Amino acid sequence: MGAELGKYKACVSARSTDKEILKGAQDGGIVTSLFAYALEEGIIDGAIVAGTYDDGDDNDMCGTPVPHHWRPKPVVATTKAELLAARGTKYNISPNVSLIKEATRSYGLDKIGIVGTPCQMQAVRKGQLYPFGWRDVGDKIALAVGIFCMENFPYQSILQLVEDHAAMKLESVKKMEIGKGKFWVYGKRGQVVQLPLKVTHKYEQPGCHVCMDYVANLADISTGSVGSPDGWSTIFVRSKIGDSVWAKAMAAGVFETQPIEKVKPGLELVSKLANEKITKNRNTLEARKTFGVGKALRNPYI
Amino acid sequence: MGLLSSVFKKNASEEPQKPAAPAKAADVVKKVETTNKEVKPVVDKISLGYTHLSGCTGCTVALADNYAGLLTLLDRYVDLKYHLTLADVRHIQQVDVAFVEGSVCIQDKLAVEEIKETREKAAVVVALGGCACYGNITRFARGGQQNQPAHESYLPIGDLIKVDIYIPGCAPTPQLIRNVAVMAYLLLKGTKEQKELATKFLTPLMNMAAKGTSACFCELMTEVINQGLCMGCGSCAAACPVRAITMEFGKPNGERDLCIKCGACYSQCPRGFFNTDVVSEYEAINEAIMAALQ
Repeated sequence: MGAELGKYKACVSARSTDKEILKGAQDGGIVTSLFAYALEEGIIDGAIVAGTYDDGDDNDMCGTPVPHHWRPKPVVATTKAELLAARGTKYNISPNVSLIKEATRSYGLDKIGIVGTPCQMQAVRKGQLYPFGWRDVGDKIALAVGIFCMENFPYQSILQLVEDHAAMKLESVKKMEIGKGKFWVYGKRGQVVQLPLKVTHKYEQPGCHVCMDYVANLADISTGSVGSPDGWSTIFVRSKIGDSVWAKAMAAGVFETQPIEKVKPGLELVSKLANEKITKNRNTLEARKTFGVGKALRNPYI
Repeated sequence: MGLLSSVFKKNASEEPQKPAAPAKAADVVKKVETTNKEVKPVVDKISLGYTHLSGCTGCTVALADNYAGLLTLLDRYVDLKYHLTLADVRHIQQVDVAFVEGSVCIQDKLAVEEIKETREKAAVVVALGGCACYGNITRFARGGQQNQPAHESYLPIGDLIKVDIYIPGCAPTPQLIRNVAVMAYLLLKGTKEQKELATKFLTPLMNMAAKGTSACFCELMTEVINQGLCMGCGSCAAACPVRAITMEFGKPNGERDLCIKCGACYSQCPRGFFNTDVVSEYEAINEAIMAALQ
């Protein structure tokens, strides 16, 4: 196992000790618990998370009502209640980074927490080194939590996958999950529908196919279900900030952990999936070079 | 730092009383230079010039908004040779790095001469801010204005001279100006490794300068979205100084009439450029820059 997992100081399997958080959590309730703890301790003043649209808040830019169930909306959460409301993975795009400057302005945060996909962590770090438009933002990013990500879907794709393929109403869905090679949709009445991942591929966001990061290499702490048993999450502690926050949270009893070497399926699976993503997307980048006749599609990496 | 800040304070407090300010200020600057030489017998600073053309001084304010960091920069790394506002010396001199704020009004002979002279006398020319890079709001002709100077005559400096580095944005951020200044210092005076790092850091900004003199939200459309690269992070919306970009269903939606064409959105986009080997070292680089300015 090498570069595909990025640099990290520690790797464990963990879950929250807060029963309330675990109740609506995707896996181990890691992100919600970390932010709730950091809020309480004053490590952050608020966190940018993927919240949901309220009932009255579901018009498109022309004012036309659009479906909004499971459509994420980036929100600045400054209380535990707001964090709880944002629990769970939505499997479609939440442009959390779009609030990063606004969080320091309208919301007046001096210490921002942000959760995001690997590409969003890349955006955050680029913004700290190259702040073209992010004035006085970089040094206010106090905790960046990354989530493992193979690819993401536009909202329209999730709508079609759930309502057309899985034949369920989005509003009746309790939870969605990608795991064990399937896309799972859990209904509120207890029904479960599984779709083979083969079906979902054409609904993926194309921009994801040039991403070379599976486990949020640039986050302070990154987490995801892969590698750990059901109800647990795999954690990579990466930066100095991440190290310090994680140590404090552990000391405060926010999480229970198991050594990653002791759990099934373990780090091998994380490594395998990371390599699969990187290989697949490196091939995409290669193919883009000769996509046209004497013309290439642009490569963002230099 | 203490020395320079006291000089600045003295300069500011004396100005209202002395009508012959330019001569006096030149003396003060000379004094600073000689004092610095005494403190540091081996002068290993880089020399910096700042040409101020048709810009609103916002870029200067952004530079000054580094506060103590600016004073440390001036103390240890940079000799500010000329600057209309901060140094009160405006004639262009031979320098290592010249920052240029503002676009060039081509009906203003002095401005045209100054930009040419800046290029001739500087090893590296940095276009600072949206106006110098892309024309920004100086290029807007909306009618209802005096016929001279005509808005069609404001050119980004890259239309008249070769520019080496771009720092887009309106205003550019104090932090990016600081990072570029430190990297420029490392490039010219650093060890072999530092030079390599600085080159890698500055390469995307050089590529921008080589790319051309027009920018707007539309670049997100043509270079990112139409190329199948956008993944909906929202960096562009956060970067836009006029809130012309909103995220609709995970993709940027640009309000064309609000866009001031500063270039911040496309530059900020991680799919505009992403130099993995530099950004991956963000922790070490940020620490080094902060340590350098302690």
